Amino acid sequence: MSDLLPEDNSDHFQQPSEKRVYSVSEITREIKFVIEGDFSALWIEGEISNFKRHTSGHLYFSLKDADAQIAGVMWRGRNQNLLFQPHDGMKVMAFGNLTVYERQGKYQLDVIRLQPAGLGDLQLAFEALKKKLQNEGLFSPELKKPIPPFPQRIAIVTSASGAAFHDIVSVISRRFPPAQLILRPVKVQGEGAAEEIAGAIHELNSFGNIDVMIVGRGGGSLEDLWAFNEEPVARAVYASKIPVISAVGHEIDFSICDFTADVRAPTPSAAAELAVPNISDVIFTIGHYKERMIKNMQNRIHNNHDRLMMLLRSYGFRWPEDRIRENRLRLDDQARSIERSLEHRLEGYRTNIEGFTKNLKSLNPSAVLERGYSITTRVLDQKVVRKASQINKKDEIHIQFAEGSANSVVESVNPG
Amino acid sequence: MAKSNQENISFEKAFQRLEQIVDRLEKGEATLEESMQIFEEGMSLVNLCNDKLDSAQTKLQTLIKKEDGSLDLEDLE
Repeated sequence: MSDLLPEDNSDHFQQPSEKRVYSVSEITREIKFVIEGDFSALWIEGEISNFKRHTSGHLYFSLKDADAQIAGVMWRGRNQNLLFQPHDGMKVMAFGNLTVYERQGKYQLDVIRLQPAGLGDLQLAFEALKKKLQNEGLFSPELKKPIPPFPQRIAIVTSASGAAFHDIVSVISRRFPPAQLILRPVKVQGEGAAEEIAGAIHELNSFGNIDVMIVGRGGGSLEDLWAFNEEPVARAVYASKIPVISAVGHEIDFSICDFTADVRAPTPSAAAELAVPNISDVIFTIGHYKERMIKNMQNRIHNNHDRLMMLLRSYGFRWPEDRIRENRLRLDDQARSIERSLEHRLEGYRTNIEGFTKNLKSLNPSAVLERGYSITTRVLDQKVVRKASQINKKDEIHIQFAEGSANSVVESVNPG
Repeated sequence: MAKSNQENISFEKAFQRLEQIVDRLEKGEATLEESMQIFEEGMSLVNLCNDKLDSAQTKLQTLIKKEDGSLDLEDLE
């Protein structure tokens, strides 16, 4: 680079033949070398003028301020993801490399990223849309649909080539193999991405028979994720009858899509984990249910058996048997006492009879008669005469002696 | 729910019914006869659920829009 400078500063007026002479190409190449080598990628703030969108898709414009201007170009491949429509007079911040275009001897800014000055416009747009949708009730917690516990068909709205799809498939096929995954491939960034995502959500709803859907993409810059901050996506998510898990790969910042979705996941992998249960947990739970059912039935049978045994042992069941036993005892007792009293009475009778017999013996009239007494009866009525007053003069009387008898007639009565 | 109806039941339905049965058994409100019936049903649901989990392998499909504008599923890979 030192050979760019005159070797001898003291004399500017030497003859050309004595000095090195550059060709235009040579000096331009040297300039290019200095400019492109000395400045790495940088941000420049300025106002757009002479904005031109070429048919090739490249954008040409100048950035200027009050005192100077610099040419800028944004190639087609880089301006696909522009979130706004640049126009003359707009204040922007451009990030890129300074390059020298040799053919025209011009230097320009090769723009990689372009955004409204201070990023304020994007942020403002985001906040404005967020506020608008919030006021409309699109974020209401009570509108959130629950995610079914065992989704069979899971739709994925993302780029077919992105890491997000790969991550979701690998998580779900590991966690819950019975799930069926349906990809609806979409463009996730650049012009028309929001409309494509929204369209996919509508299509899946009209196709039907889908239990849950994951809408998202892997991480990227704010601009890369911008489609998920756009109104069509928010509205489609809100309108979806199928529960939506939002998976815009940006751990910290929320997207509008996140606010509208039924569930927000920080990354696509996390969304996949929220969408399906872990199969080993499910198998464990089923086994646990099985054990509980068996235990319950065992207890039930056991309890019923115990209750039956308790009933059999209870007073109610013993009662009739006891009564019979008791009555039998009482019957025996009574029989015995009857026997006893009968015997007693018989004994009494026997004793009496003996006494009677003795008495009878002593009362035998013939024995009395033997001792010299006699029995007088009236012949008229055979009555024994105990008192003299019982007979009258001339009555016929019969006199019984111990041996033999006599009839006589009363001569006189002497009533004592 | 008769056993013959179980074949076409979704995993989610089978699992929910299983939960109901466990709950009903544990509440102890069912008669012995009903308990024995739902116990048998529960045990066959356990087998059904396990079968469904065992046999499955994640299926990948894409939703495509055909030329006539209708939507259809196409197997991936």
